[in-house]
Amino acid sequence: MINKAWGTLFGAWLVASFATLGSLFFSEVMKFPPCVLCWYQRIGMYPLVFILLAGLFPISKSVIKFSLPLATTGWLISVYHNLLYYKILPESAAPCVQGVSCTTVFIKWFGFVTIPFLSFVAFTLILILLFFTYRNLAHEK
Amino acid sequence: MKNKSFFTVFGAAFLMGIFFVAGSMYYKNQESQRVESIVKDNFKTLVPGHAMRKGSPGAKVFVVEFFDPECESCREFNPYMHSIMADYEGKIQLVMRYAPFHGNSIFAIKILEAARKQDKYWEALEILYQHQPEWGNHHNPRPELVWNYLPRLNIDVEKLKSQMEDPGIQKIIEQDQIDGKTLDVRMTPTFFVNGKLVEPFGPDELRAAIDQALKEL
Repeated sequence: MINKAWGTLFGAWLVASFATLGSLFFSEVMKFPPCVLCWYQRIGMYPLVFILLAGLFPISKSVIKFSLPLATTGWLISVYHNLLYYKILPESAAPCVQGVSCTTVFIKWFGFVTIPFLSFVAFTLILILLFFTYRNLAHEK
Repeated sequence: MKNKSFFTVFGAAFLMGIFFVAGSMYYKNQESQRVESIVKDNFKTLVPGHAMRKGSPGAKVFVVEFFDPECESCREFNPYMHSIMADYEGKIQLVMRYAPFHGNSIFAIKILEAARKQDKYWEALEILYQHQPEWGNHHNPRPELVWNYLPRLNIDVEKLKSQMEDPGIQKIIEQDQIDGKTLDVRMTPTFFVNGKLVEPFGPDELRAAIDQALKEL
């Protein structure tokens, strides 16, 4: 089961790295200014690249403990951001006062894939993969 | 096992890095081609009739600056711009386009355009830049301070105040914003030399772009 756990944790690291590079691509290459909520999600996502990487060599259960708070917080903010973005919550509730609005639509692929949506998908995948890593490691015992 | 997993992670990181760099290059290339084709089809997007110009009217190299009088980098860049204009005298034309990204940018631009009606455009720009830290302080902007500086330029301030309300000025600003969006201007100052975006931003890069454009004439 160690192999399986390593695989799922590696998967989580891949998702985190891909999301990190993707968000850097949007801000540094395409020059989209990141909004406040995006920054909060970045705080949750970027450290995961290093924490998950450290947890892979050798794989240890503590990596779950260290990455879960970041992944959960990021996931919650991304849920909130998506609710605002798709107008399920009114924007007046958003903390964006100055600078970029959190509901500015920069990209829309296939009619529904937006930047906050990608963030939500990434955090969700990471949480699922962490759950499986945990389960696989528990089986090991 | 350990070696294998190390190589898996290293390989994935390497691939993602390559992917990122290649993607960036591809995107930038696409973007500059897009801008070039827009400018080719419609030069007015970059150099419209309404824009303030400096330099010799016959010069064939157009340096287009998208700027904001409230932007600190534009202020910092201004001395370099002076020396570039002096060094390339007779060879280039500077075209001023607006990209109002700050709270009082539009107010300052209206002052510039009204000063232009009194033939004091460049003087007004200098004085706005000079005192920018005071009137354009981002924590405590005091645009009203501008009225203290302008009389020094022998500007008729009362007349300027009414000239500022000219709907033509509003139109210029709106057109510049539309063109800025079309050309994907997200930062100030952004320079285009004969339709080519100058990137990365910097005085040496701008000089290199001008030299290149002069060579291509």
